[in-house]
Amino acid sequence: MAAGHSPLAQFEIQRIVEFNIAGIDVSITNSTVWMVAALLVATFVLTLGMRSRAMVPTRMQSIAEVSYEFVANMVRDNAGSECRAYFPFLFTLFFFILMCNALGMIPYSFTPTSHIIVTFGMAAVVFVGVTIIGFAKHGIGYLRLFAPSGVPLVLMFILVPIEVISYFVRPISLSVRLFANMMAGHTMLKVFGGFVVSLGAIEFVGPVIAALPMAMVVALSGLELVIAFLQAYVFTILSCLYLHDALHPGH
Amino acid sequence: MEVEAAKLIGAGIATVALAGVGIGMGNIFGSFVSSALRNPSAQDKVFGNLLLGFALTEAIALFALVVALLILFG
Repeated sequence: MAAGHSPLAQFEIQRIVEFNIAGIDVSITNSTVWMVAALLVATFVLTLGMRSRAMVPTRMQSIAEVSYEFVANMVRDNAGSECRAYFPFLFTLFFFILMCNALGMIPYSFTPTSHIIVTFGMAAVVFVGVTIIGFAKHGIGYLRLFAPSGVPLVLMFILVPIEVISYFVRPISLSVRLFANMMAGHTMLKVFGGFVVSLGAIEFVGPVIAALPMAMVVALSGLELVIAFLQAYVFTILSCLYLHDALHPGH
Repeated sequence: MEVEAAKLIGAGIATVALAGVGIGMGNIFGSFVSSALRNPSAQDKVFGNLLLGFALTEAIALFALVVALLILFG
C-alpha cells in the first residue's frame, strides 16, 4: 500500500502557512483551519439563528433554541441548578466538539478531535478547573470525595486508593475516549473505502462485489454521524458529573 | 523471540479486551429490551441512558485498539 493511501494518512498534520515565533513552531496547519471553521460555523448558526427572535421560530432559530435547551436540560439534570454559572463553558465545549466531529465527516476534511493533544487539552482544562472549583468551594473538605461516607474503616484502606486513582485517570479516559472514537471511525471508513476500490478493479464481477463494502461504507457513515454527536454529548455529560462531584463531595 | 514477532502477538492479544466489551454491549442492549418490554412508557427515558452506556462501553473497545496500535507502531 502506498504511503499516501494508508488509512492513517488522513490524520497527518500539514503546515499551510509557516510561522516561527522565538523558535516555537506556531504554523497554521490543517488542524487549525478546521478548528477555526468549527468555531465560525457554531458562532454563525447561533447568532444568525437568534437574530430575528420571532415568536414562531424559523428553521435556524429552532436549531439554536433546541440546542440551547438540550444542553441546558443536560446541565440541570446532571450537575444541579447551581451549575448554571458554568453553563456557558459547557455549552461552548459541547458545540466545539460537536462541530469539530461533524465537520470531520465532510470528505477530504480533517478532524481536529482525532488528535489526542486536542482532546487532552480540553480534558485537562475540565480536570484542572473542576479541581480548583472543588477546593475553592469546600477547602480541604473537598478531600471527602475520596472517602465516601458510611464505609467501614477497614474498607477505607482499599477504597481511598481506588478513588484517588479513578480521580486522576479522569482526564486520560475523557480524552482517549473522544480521540479513539474519532480516529477509529475514520480509519474504519478509509479501510472499507479501500475495499471498494480494490474489489471494483476486478474484471466483470468487480462492481457487483464492490457494492457490498460500499453499502457498509454508507452504513458506517450514518453510524459515524451518530457517534460524532454522541461523543460530544458524552464528553459534556461527564464534565457535568465531575462538576457535580466538585460541588457536592462526599455524598 | 524476535521483537517484531512479539509485537504482532502482543497486538493480537490486546484485542482480547473485545470479549469483555461484547459481554457489556449485549448486557446493555439486552437490559434495555427487557426493561422497555416490561414498561414501554419508560422507554424514552431509558433511551438516553442506553446511548450513554453504549458510548462508554464502545470506548473500552477503542482503548484496546489504541493499545494495539501503540504496541504495533509505538
